Amino acid sequence: MNTPAYNFAYLDEQTKRMIRRAILKAVAIPGYQVPFASREMPMPYGWGTGGVQVTAAILGPDDLLKVIDQGSDDTTNAVSIRKFFMKTAGARTTTSTRKATVIQTRHRIPEAPLGEHQILVFQVPIPEPLRFLEPRETETRRMHALAEYGLMHVKLYEDIARHGHIATTYAYPVKVDGRYVMDPSPTPKFDNPKMNDCAALQLFGAGREKRIYAIPPYTQVKSLDFDDHPFERYRADGTCALCGAADSFLDEVLTDDRGGRMFVCSDTDHCETRRSRRSGEPQQVSP
Amino acid sequence: MTDMDDEEPLLIAQGLTKWYGRQLGCRDVSLDLYEGEVMAVVGESGSGKTTLLQLLSAQLEATAGRVLYRMRDGVTRDLSILGEAERRFLARTDWGYVHQEPTLGLRMMVSAGANVGERLMAVGWRHYGKIRGAATNWLERVELDPARIDDTPQTYSGGMRQRLQIARNLVTHPRLVLMDEPTGGLDVSVQARLLDLLRGLVADLKLSAVIVTHDLAVARLLSDRIMVMKGGEVIETGLTDQVLDDPCKPYTQLLVASILPP
Repeated sequence: MNTPAYNFAYLDEQTKRMIRRAILKAVAIPGYQVPFASREMPMPYGWGTGGVQVTAAILGPDDLLKVIDQGSDDTTNAVSIRKFFMKTAGARTTTSTRKATVIQTRHRIPEAPLGEHQILVFQVPIPEPLRFLEPRETETRRMHALAEYGLMHVKLYEDIARHGHIATTYAYPVKVDGRYVMDPSPTPKFDNPKMNDCAALQLFGAGREKRIYAIPPYTQVKSLDFDDHPFERYRADGTCALCGAADSFLDEVLTDDRGGRMFVCSDTDHCETRRSRRSGEPQQVSP
Repeated sequence: MTDMDDEEPLLIAQGLTKWYGRQLGCRDVSLDLYEGEVMAVVGESGSGKTTLLQLLSAQLEATAGRVLYRMRDGVTRDLSILGEAERRFLARTDWGYVHQEPTLGLRMMVSAGANVGERLMAVGWRHYGKIRGAATNWLERVELDPARIDDTPQTYSGGMRQRLQIARNLVTHPRLVLMDEPTGGLDVSVQARLLDLLRGLVADLKLSAVIVTHDLAVARLLSDRIMVMKGGEVIETGLTDQVLDDPCKPYTQLLVASILPP
């Protein structure tokens, strides 16, 4: 009577096979949105039901799981998803980017470079990059099929016309493998270059919209732009108050109600690794 | 001047018929349109004018008959056997389609400049400055204030929207423009200015055009030839002046007679 009422990693094996088939197709056609029969998960839409299903389908007993939300390992979303897999799969978890084999993420790509043994799973709210310009799904699918992507540049044109520069800072559209235009989920455009030629497999799951797409390892991912307004990474002008990093993506944190503020790394593991390395160095030097 | 007789027509329709179930759209319509020629299609509401226009632009599939178009490489091809990609490419480069209701032909949420520039970006323009330059140029040509290039069409009046729609269509220098009641819903003075503009553009750019209208004055002013439709069929066709000055069919006579004397 002690057997759990659910299968390993919550989803039943047939569902996992269905999701794996969708993933294989997505890997075969980089950037193409594959429809899949998204299941009801024991958490609300918007909490990462797409990412959770993808993770559940690829997670094995030997995997080491890391879950981040806005770069952080200890925010509600990350903690609850990590607990979910600890409970349903007995999964081993870690906060170390380097050690993890599966990393589920919302809104960030870790600062540390990823390796071939790793899979990055993104939670995607709206997979269709053309959605806000062309509301008809029938039409956007046709546009993808015929590679008619002029409309995507209309959005960037609008940005420049209104703000003087491309003001899209997150969910910045990319072209994958020279063919499909893809929404990289709401990651900051700072992270876009990390997707290009990445050694890790990148999987994207949208639960409510029932779509899975993927970027296979070492695939060309190019951010869209204009010749006279090239793509630029954006990063707050400052250094991390905790670890002093001058090249990581920063969060601005208000510290009081009198205008006090500080910048800290949004990737908590990156920040902690740097700090422990710094505090560890003098010990090694000391006699 | 090239001799028209030696040239092949730009657009050929042969026996076009469209049934919407048991409802007739139009029956057995044939026409030849040559380069630089403007044809008006007139008739009462429900006579199949818009159906015909949609058949010509391959938006609708004909029940019978076919449409041939001479491509830029000089080869005349059947539109129904073109692939969808080719047909859509044709529709946004070599053709224009001006809707009666400008909100159908414009993107109301993006600026006028982006509206005009969309076709250019669709054919691969990737230089913001050049796209904007072309858009400014076209706004001037249709007598819109270039200072309003960053305003959305929502802030434009009806006449301005219609002129913007025309600019958006002409920016890729199409050879064929199909217009569905381009002056419908506009007040008389705005209509007059728009007609003036259209007449100038059609002459300057040597456009071929099919203009659907129920307004005989529009047909008289813009078109070389005219086709009168009733109940889905063409009842009379010929040179505009000839048909309007000396109508043969009773219905055409009625149409002409129903114009109020100035």
